Amino acid sequence: MITVEGVTKSYKGFTAVDDVSFVARSGRVTGFLGPNGAGKSTTMRIMVGLTRATAGTVTMGGRNYVDLPNPGLEVGVLLDASAQHAGRTGREILTVAQLYMGLPRSRVDEMLEVVSLTPTEASRRVGNYSLGMRQRLGIAAALIGDPEVLILDEPANGLDPAGIRWMRDLLRGYADRGGTVLLSSHLLHEIEVIADDIVMIGNGRIVSQGSKSELLHGAGTVVRSADLGLLQSALSEIGIATTRAGDGSLHTDADTSLVGKVALEAGVALTELRTEDAGLEDMFLELTATSQREGATP
Amino acid sequence: MSASVADHMGRAVPASPHVPLVRVTKVELRKMFNTRSGFWLIASIAISAVLAAGGVILWAPDGQLTYSTFATAIRFPVVVILPLIAILAVTSEWSQRTGLTTFTLIPHRSRIITAKAISAVLIATAAMALTFAVGALGNLAGAAVTGTPLVWDVTLTQCFYYVLGMVLSLLIGFMLGVLIRSSTGAIVAYFVLTFVLPTIFSLLAESQQWFRDLQPWLDIQFAQSGLFVFDRALTGEQWANIAVTGVTWLLIPLAIGLGFVMRAEVK
Repeated sequence: MITVEGVTKSYKGFTAVDDVSFVARSGRVTGFLGPNGAGKSTTMRIMVGLTRATAGTVTMGGRNYVDLPNPGLEVGVLLDASAQHAGRTGREILTVAQLYMGLPRSRVDEMLEVVSLTPTEASRRVGNYSLGMRQRLGIAAALIGDPEVLILDEPANGLDPAGIRWMRDLLRGYADRGGTVLLSSHLLHEIEVIADDIVMIGNGRIVSQGSKSELLHGAGTVVRSADLGLLQSALSEIGIATTRAGDGSLHTDADTSLVGKVALEAGVALTELRTEDAGLEDMFLELTATSQREGATP
Repeated sequence: MSASVADHMGRAVPASPHVPLVRVTKVELRKMFNTRSGFWLIASIAISAVLAAGGVILWAPDGQLTYSTFATAIRFPVVVILPLIAILAVTSEWSQRTGLTTFTLIPHRSRIITAKAISAVLIATAAMALTFAVGALGNLAGAAVTGTPLVWDVTLTQCFYYVLGMVLSLLIGFMLGVLIRSSTGAIVAYFVLTFVLPTIFSLLAESQQWFRDLQPWLDIQFAQSGLFVFDRALTGEQWANIAVTGVTWLLIPLAIGLGFVMRAEVK
């Protein structure tokens, strides 16, 4: 379990991370979602002691990361797969991690197999690796100590579709065995597919957090009818605000059962009635509209 | 409130032992060899030592085919390369960004830096042993080839001076690595410090009397030059020169650099 409490990081005249608090629970995959420059990576660096927080604490299973006697055995970390010496072979990079942690030598080959790097690939220097291969190597290095907690920054970057699927299954299995997985991404679809809990960050602040089902629930109702005007006035009579979308449907925050009942009483025949499928993407864009570089609005 | 008290109590429990320093040092030593650049840099010590010994046999006048001539000739390439090894051992964590992994696996930077210092001195010691051995072989070969008498004109004390001088110049490289934390910047600074600055100092000393008197106390290269001359013991004043220049050129910048390393963000 990772507990982040009131973490703030200020640089001169600029707050990169502003009072961020959340909990990544064991047995679950927590998705850390936000646009570029939102403070995801800074928060993750603070978690593992690479950056000193201006305020706040992060604990892993109740302890500070820097107090862990052999952190690699408890927390697997992948912050940037490209941050490796280009002149070192993949196998050597894993060997260095294995030696630091005091693990048996055989772990290196086991991990190479887990991440599907062949012996030939492993003996090549990392400078010649594709980003996808570096990600696989980085994941191997994070997993080599068999830790209970995984912290991965954009692990799906550069992986091909099969690789993304593989990683998703790997992390799912990891969480199902009781591990804690925190992964950041700006790939909304990835987070939506894999995460159980979502922490959304924009401009250094948490804009939304909760379980995926919670966050996706209550997005409102979409309704269609031949006589939308009548339905709209019937709804507004009982104080339900509606908006008419360009595609000829009516959107409201009220839930479907209420809208159905109102339509029945008003005698309006409905052609469609469903819960609005907001999707994380709309929500992501909506919640982070103020912090989007493109100023995009849903 | 009670939660924070419990937190505090939790932390008061004696921490289990960290990854032992011996292990960290072994890994750091391995990291000096296991990159392409690191491997060839270390290999170049052996290669250049052999080349220098060969050069002495070929070109030195027969009367000078003594052990001290070999040791002096071999010293030059080694004293240039060793600090580069120390520089890269430190700066690659930043320039190659491996620090992201290193300082995550060992979240106590002082331990990593200590381990790197120990490994650098170990490599320097091994390089010294190699230098002496190649010098001895060169001396034997030189005597055999040219038919001149074998001359072993280096005492144990002088060997000690020689090793001390090498370790000090290695530590200058180490200091620059810690202070600058960028491979290019640190290497440039190293060449300025060891080649450009001494030239300026000696020009200044030739023209200014006041500087000539001060030079041994300001110029670290000048102060240490006595360590590499195989002819006499150092005087008390010369040791004082080495100590004073060592503090100003080595210890103070090293302390400043360590302050940065401990606090700086690793990105």
